[in-house]
Amino acid sequence: MSEEKHHIVPYRVYVIVLMALIVLTFASIAITEIELGAYTVAGALLFAGIKSYLVLTYFMHLKYDKKYIVAMVAFVFAIFVVVLVITFLDYLYR
Amino acid sequence: MQNEHAANEANYLKYQGKYKGLFAWIFSTDHKRIGLLYLYSIMSMFFIGVLLGLAMKFELLAPGKTIMDAQTYNATFTVHGVIMIFMVVVPGLPAIFGNFLLPIMIGAKDVAFPKLNLLSWWLYMIGVFLVIAALLFGNGAPDTGWTFYAPYSFKTGTNLLPAIFGAFVLGFSSILTGLNFLVTIHRMRCPGLTWSKLPLFVWTLYGTAWIQLLATPVVGITLVLVALERFFGIGVFDPALGGDPILYQHLFWIYSHPAVYIMILPAMGAISEIIPTFSQKQIFGYKAIIASTMAIAFVGYLVWGHHMFTAGMSGTAQYYFSLLTFIVAIPSAIKVFNWISTMYKGAINVQTPLYWGASFIFVFMIGGLSGLVLGSLATDVHVHDTAFVVAHFHYIVFGGVGFAFFAAIHYWFPKIYGRMYQKSWANTGWLVFFIGFLALYSPMFYLGMAGMPRRYYDYLDEFHSGNILSTFGSWIMVTGLVIIVVNLVRSARKGKPAEMDPWHSKTLEWTVPSPPPLENFDDIPVIAEDDGPYNYK
Repeated sequence: MSEEKHHIVPYRVYVIVLMALIVLTFASIAITEIELGAYTVAGALLFAGIKSYLVLTYFMHLKYDKKYIVAMVAFVFAIFVVVLVITFLDYLYR
Repeated sequence: MQNEHAANEANYLKYQGKYKGLFAWIFSTDHKRIGLLYLYSIMSMFFIGVLLGLAMKFELLAPGKTIMDAQTYNATFTVHGVIMIFMVVVPGLPAIFGNFLLPIMIGAKDVAFPKLNLLSWWLYMIGVFLVIAALLFGNGAPDTGWTFYAPYSFKTGTNLLPAIFGAFVLGFSSILTGLNFLVTIHRMRCPGLTWSKLPLFVWTLYGTAWIQLLATPVVGITLVLVALERFFGIGVFDPALGGDPILYQHLFWIYSHPAVYIMILPAMGAISEIIPTFSQKQIFGYKAIIASTMAIAFVGYLVWGHHMFTAGMSGTAQYYFSLLTFIVAIPSAIKVFNWISTMYKGAINVQTPLYWGASFIFVFMIGGLSGLVLGSLATDVHVHDTAFVVAHFHYIVFGGVGFAFFAAIHYWFPKIYGRMYQKSWANTGWLVFFIGFLALYSPMFYLGMAGMPRRYYDYLDEFHSGNILSTFGSWIMVTGLVIIVVNLVRSARKGKPAEMDPWHSKTLEWTVPSPPPLENFDDIPVIAEDDGPYNYK
């Protein structure tokens, strides 16, 4: 069982990530003040994307997990991004 | 230890656990019993769907009202679609044969999470009851078509909410099954069973499980949005409130196109098991079939827009979706060539499963090639929303999944029930069904090209002869279906006892007794270096 090591993350890291998440939440609200037209949703998704990255990496311990699990999650996100991009091919060029 | 061994002696059909009678089945966590629970519940829904289909074909026997009015016809095709898609073909092969065979094929005693597996079946049944409730109670059966398109879905006065909630719950069942299979395939393969030695049915279940896990949540959220739209008028899809009905179509097809691959991939997997067994020959292009399976699973995510070419989508998006649609045809064609090459110079043993398998290739090719007509932008404008689409769709989904299902049930029947069916009746049933199928759906290609729209209870006189042929075809096909089902049900109780390996196949499920014991294997098998699922001499 010796290979089952659990990485211990200091509280400081969690607090910093939490602060970052709060700041990004306010930033995603603030950006709606600026008129971005068709890119409004893209802006909101960008902030949501960064926040999910932080949650997955630190709160869900992906940073300390096996590489193949990281690869699987990355694959899922790659599909998600591609799906969004193709949907926007319709919205932006309509 | 002694007791455990004794328990393993009893086969899974006779095993007596904590509960008796019906409870011994509906509370069983044994993957084989759960597989059979799915078989019985899915087949029950299938028969309801078939009866609705027959009613629709009867209505179209003559122009004008034959047996039902327009509103009843709308409700009939909606319910036929909802039942057949969400309750029959999507769970279909993975839930029945995946559950029954996946653990045995990878040398495991059960799936990774047996209780979650049972929960999936319960969720399936809850979903079924919700949808049935929508049909029987309230303001009449939903009439939006199985796609629940906006704005119909939030304008219709019919009983839509329980139906979409039911579809939502069915989605959960599908997600949990997918998750279960992924973990099982990753973690529970027996020693020596490397990824490059996995049977192809397992590989297709693996690709399917990823789609179930990743695509189904999208439709769940979409259906929740429709419900919120009906309750609160948020304005996501309603143009009057600034919403976008095309957004609904995007979200719906982001799930529902990959769902077509949830249906067809395990079907292809079953065919990939049957063809080498009855050719007694190593499968041609094992790695190419795996690569094409994963390619279909991946590219299949990215082609949903081809359902919306005439819906007012941007030209740029149309080009992408059309191109990607043509690309996804390539891996499907690779599989067809591989199956045919497997049969070439093989020691062909003509049995019922091979008849079904060979006719699968035939109807699947017609379905696939007619799909290219719909995938190219110019021709799609002509045949969109005509009977041509209905013909293409049924050739792929019924011809694909249906034929593969009957191939699979005739192939694995001796393993599941430990008894053999009457081969002559099985072959007769196949022939009648096949002729009926061709007569039922082929005229629809012609009718669609000639301009007959789908989803109408009435038509112009010039379409009469094609519709007569199609309706007669439906009667022939159902006759075949009755022969098949009566033969199988009778044989499950009274057939001759089957051998362990009646088809001389090489995959692991044929190394355990028929029917298999409770936990499949007394000792977990070990796969030697030169063993493989298709090592025929």
